[in-house]
Amino acid sequence: MAAQIFSAIFVIIIGVGGCVAYFWGANRLLDLILPSRGVSGAAAINNLRRQGYVRPWLFVGPALIILAVYLIYPVIATLWLSFFDRGGTSFVGLANYEWAAGDHDLRNSILNNILWLAVVPAACTFLGLIIAVLTDKIWWGTIAKSLIFLPLAISFVGASVIWKFIYEYRGEGQVQIGLLNAIIQYFGGQPQVWISLPFWNNFFLMVILIWIQTGFAMVILSSALRGIPEETLEAAVIDGANPFQIFWKIMVPQIWGTIAVVWTTITILVLKVFDIVLTMTNGQWNSQVLANLMFDWMFRGGGDFGRGATIAIIIMIAVIPIMVWNIRQANKETGGH
Amino acid sequence: MATKTGKSFIGRFGVHIAVLVFVAIWTIPTLGILVSSLRDKDQIVASGWWNSFASSSQSEAGRLPGASAQTQKDGKYVIEGNIFGDGPKREISAFGVKSSAPTQYKAGSVADLNDGATLQINADGGFVLSSPKAFEGDRGQRVYFASSAPPKFTTENYDAVLFSEGIGRSFMNSLTVTIPATVIPILIAAFAAYALAWMRFPGRALLIAVIIGLLVVPLQMSLIPLLRLYNGVGTFFGVPSKTYLGIWLAHTGFGLPFAIYLLRSYIAGLPREIMESARIDGASDFEIFVKIVLPLSFPVLASFAIFQFLWVWNDLLVAMVFLGTAPDQIVLTAKLNALLGSRGGNWEILTTSAFITIIVPLIVFFSLQRYFVRGLLAGSVKGG
Repeated sequence: MAAQIFSAIFVIIIGVGGCVAYFWGANRLLDLILPSRGVSGAAAINNLRRQGYVRPWLFVGPALIILAVYLIYPVIATLWLSFFDRGGTSFVGLANYEWAAGDHDLRNSILNNILWLAVVPAACTFLGLIIAVLTDKIWWGTIAKSLIFLPLAISFVGASVIWKFIYEYRGEGQVQIGLLNAIIQYFGGQPQVWISLPFWNNFFLMVILIWIQTGFAMVILSSALRGIPEETLEAAVIDGANPFQIFWKIMVPQIWGTIAVVWTTITILVLKVFDIVLTMTNGQWNSQVLANLMFDWMFRGGGDFGRGATIAIIIMIAVIPIMVWNIRQANKETGGH
Repeated sequence: MATKTGKSFIGRFGVHIAVLVFVAIWTIPTLGILVSSLRDKDQIVASGWWNSFASSSQSEAGRLPGASAQTQKDGKYVIEGNIFGDGPKREISAFGVKSSAPTQYKAGSVADLNDGATLQINADGGFVLSSPKAFEGDRGQRVYFASSAPPKFTTENYDAVLFSEGIGRSFMNSLTVTIPATVIPILIAAFAAYALAWMRFPGRALLIAVIIGLLVVPLQMSLIPLLRLYNGVGTFFGVPSKTYLGIWLAHTGFGLPFAIYLLRSYIAGLPREIMESARIDGASDFEIFVKIVLPLSFPVLASFAIFQFLWVWNDLLVAMVFLGTAPDQIVLTAKLNALLGSRGGNWEILTTSAFITIIVPLIVFFSLQRYFVRGLLAGSVKGG
């Protein structure tokens, strides 16, 4: 363990030192090869111009290389592998996609993912908005927001343990130590094994993600609400609007753009949801989702890279519309700069 | 604005109540594992954690010693002893001899059994069974009793989990993964962000578009090719394919698009006059970056560092793919997942382990919340 800590410290020093040495060294080298100081005017201007061509690439170079190896190459390779067999060696054409079209587990996962997509972003945004509006009205709102925001720092696995404890079921005659079953029992209901109830168990898993992400929606929307011009609200009050009208007709339309951003951010997260399903049910009792199914295929029986890659492509296809929209928005915003 | 909309007392009261309910729903689950992790492990299963400050009560059944334990006293045959034996003492509130009426008699009272026999069980567990006739057989009298124990809090669970369940080791592994994976991307991203914000070169707009596109590329797209690449490199050089170096670089790669995006939008917003006056004074891009941009960008660097730290610390997927499951490599999240499988019903271990995995993020979060929120706003309001 001491060796491990030592090597981690060593790597930080080497990594950071290496970066500093690279950026400083490359920059210095460029100045030496194409000197702009201490040479005559015309040459200096010429060299400065040539430096201007090279230097940006020295700055973005390391980032580009890492992005190419860890993201751009894999995206292409995954697409490529989806046309190959389990070992990734022989070409099988569209066989993996044919399998995908007919596979029962996969269809079930897609349906579950659609269910997640329909519920979680909407629930997070709605709850986040309500809490943002309510906490704005009270003196201890900041503390309340902090506490609701807190689960965002908790890992999905940690959150799963927290909620598994709430959903805990113990056999008849035993004390129910899971909060949910204890409440149900208190009101005379029958305790249940919540996470193995087909169909409904999806919602019990979704609650975990909603619990984590509502804080995110709340913070973003709260800041957008602050940006609403005071005059529009005052005008509405003078015109006799009630709080609900003010909320739906004055506030919501003005932060529509932010709501869309929150919604899409959570949508992307939902498409990738993996940890919660793995730790709670591992896809049993009809709760499978795409990301967990893909992980399963990656390692099941030595791994089937072809089918795993195909599932990854399905997730990717779902993300592409959001990606295009994002790039368009960014282009509009940055424009010439 | 607030005070104008909710004028009535009931309205304002309702808002307080509503927020209180939300806060309760959002904090009680976490409170549950914190309280449970500090409880005695027998009490965790004996009563819900919300009852942990009250005495925990449970119904038990047992058998008194058989005929071999009897003594003669005042012409009667007597069996005496303590129900709890040498084990931990609990307080008995009631007892019975029939499963249909397990709490028929109050503790300390005398129960009449058949044939003139009597049984008395005291609150401390001491019992006296006496009968005018000699007892026979090795199977003693069946008894039922309701007992309770005072609330007991302990840090034993933490000792057990940290040192014998391997959570302590995993904690170090998580730190080993997280710190380099947080530090390395910062400088690489900062230089790239500066170039993309303030230097003019062909292909810049395209690069920015690619990075914004990469922001949303699912991690799943990278896993299989990288796993193959790592295996290939490992075989080629005859080294293990699952290494800390591998995961540091993987996290660096996965964190870079967001890092560059976040830093670029901040650095692009720095005042143009500062850059231009520095340039007129003869400063090169490198000098401008190091002496002006880096110091001014501290808040956004801190924001990114917190994000990356939380993301890497909380990650399960990347760790499961690129690191082994041996004790010298398994990180906290993966360890917790493994415990869920192997220690499914041992809530004292699960709650304690879970609390240990979330304590570091919570500290980071509470102490640096300002930077975290700033990063969140900059990172998503503009598009990502």
